[in-house]
Amino acid sequence: MRWRGNPPKEVDRRMKIVVCVKQVPDTWSEKKLDPATKTLDRASVDGVMNELDEYAVEEALKIAEATSGEVTVLSMGPEQSTETIRKALSMGADAGIHILDDALAGSDAVATSLAIAKVLEGRGADLIIFGSESTDARMSVVPAMVAERLGVAQLTFANNVEAPGDGSVKIHRLTDYGYDVVEASTPAVISVVEKINEPRYPSFKGIMAAKKKPVETVSVADAGIEPAAVGLGAAWSEVAEFAAAPPRAAGTVVTDEGDGGVKIADYLSEQKFI
Amino acid sequence: MAEILVLVDHVDGSVKKVTLELLTLARALGEPSAVFVGGGIDTAAATLAEYGAANIYVADAPEMTDYVVAPKAELLAQLVAEKAPAAVLLTSTAEGKEIAGRLAVKTNSGVITDAVGISADLVATQSIFGGSTIVSSKVTTGTPIITVRPNSTAPEAAPAAGARTDVSVSLSDTATAAKVVDRVEEEKGARPELTEAAIVVSGGRGVGGPEGFEVIERLADSLGAAVGASRAATDAGWYPHQYQVGQTGKTVSPQLYVANGISGAIQHRAGMQTSKTIVVVNKDPEAPIFELADYGVVGDLFTVVPQLTDEIGKRKG
Repeated sequence: MRWRGNPPKEVDRRMKIVVCVKQVPDTWSEKKLDPATKTLDRASVDGVMNELDEYAVEEALKIAEATSGEVTVLSMGPEQSTETIRKALSMGADAGIHILDDALAGSDAVATSLAIAKVLEGRGADLIIFGSESTDARMSVVPAMVAERLGVAQLTFANNVEAPGDGSVKIHRLTDYGYDVVEASTPAVISVVEKINEPRYPSFKGIMAAKKKPVETVSVADAGIEPAAVGLGAAWSEVAEFAAAPPRAAGTVVTDEGDGGVKIADYLSEQKFI
Repeated sequence: MAEILVLVDHVDGSVKKVTLELLTLARALGEPSAVFVGGGIDTAAATLAEYGAANIYVADAPEMTDYVVAPKAELLAQLVAEKAPAAVLLTSTAEGKEIAGRLAVKTNSGVITDAVGISADLVATQSIFGGSTIVSSKVTTGTPIITVRPNSTAPEAAPAAGARTDVSVSLSDTATAAKVVDRVEEEKGARPELTEAAIVVSGGRGVGGPEGFEVIERLADSLGAAVGASRAATDAGWYPHQYQVGQTGKTVSPQLYVANGISGAIQHRAGMQTSKTIVVVNKDPEAPIFELADYGVVGDLFTVVPQLTDEIGKRKG
């Protein structure tokens, strides 16, 4: 599968940006697996925009503002994902795409990346921006997989993005030792880390305006995806079983009476750490 | 015996401990072959053989490391096609997971990330939802690609042949689309890497400010530990963001985790709950972190922690 978008012409600095967002259970809610499907029970918890995606939306808006570009927000997920799309629109995105189809339920990362790539094909985005991970699955693999499928540059784990609109993109990619400076030409897939920017809050005006912005709903058939290639039945890995983690054995808690540090040292000696 | 490919994590040939853990795990699944990318194989070869690599496939052409992630995925895809291994194991780092993801797409295979164990029939164990649920998963299509978290097993030596084969890959245009033009090393001192460390000493809101982290660092150094921080501490700018442990930060699973002045919000627990032994110092007896404590002291960290540091110094002589 190859990218079929047109590279931006030098005279045209207006960046076409797609920002991909996911609705996830609120971090503070208790998450459970559905015993029947062994997938996350999304109906029983409050959904919010994945926190890291807020940074992605902000980065997309900043680049669009600097290049007179446009931002389309894309989300794949059940009906209630429209809330997350509306939030991005109220922050300032121009239009939405909702990949919505019962056939997608239970899709793994491989299938999710397929659906996103198929929907993006031919839309001519210069930049496709993700948050670096979702707070529910925490795999951090979909951006790399989408770059692989589209055959475009992978600029992931960025804490700095320069996209001046001349067809070049430069990022700082976080590494264990610091960061790599990475350069590519558009189109490119970017993922951003926390703290790359300060996400804006939707204004009242933004919230009102969002109601009138277009959101296109795309089904599996619309995107030309084989229904058998996505969803739980197509997952290439499966959960055999799951269980609540065994509770940690109750430990010893003491109140410091001037010898708390010595007591911990005693414990660490017993456990052979010192 | 079935071949198991293990992608080696190293710095200029100095092999990371997690790779030795992967080789140890791989021996229970089949015959491990190490895949070595970049420079330094002469340094690494003996270690890889010592820990059970029957074969070592070496790709040391400069372009293998001049571009982001994709060249390593193309190399592994080529090896999967040639060798038909029973599984491919990688480290569960940001980069390891991305290589695994691209390899899964290339080879039409299922991928499992963040495993903390693998059984002989290739069922991977994962700890999800902040450690509250244990899941067993299996790849059902293609070649199982599994990324494994550091500290999932203890490395054990088991010498093997370590027969070296050089491998070359002709990279596609896609693989060379994102070029690394500079590598910037930030000062991190002599402490071990956070996600790999056997011991992690962390500070949170109770540390009170950037100067308070000196107390945390001194304890860490007395134990040869890495330093971590809760989100409250990194958000306040008291400690650099890359040391944040928790959801949206690093996930650690050390032998010993010492939490100082950390309340234990779910945000933080998600990143450290699978630590083997947890020691807590907090002045609030109601702090939820005590629920995880194997040993806890209710007290002021500014008296308890320095006393502990001194005591460790004495006992280590």
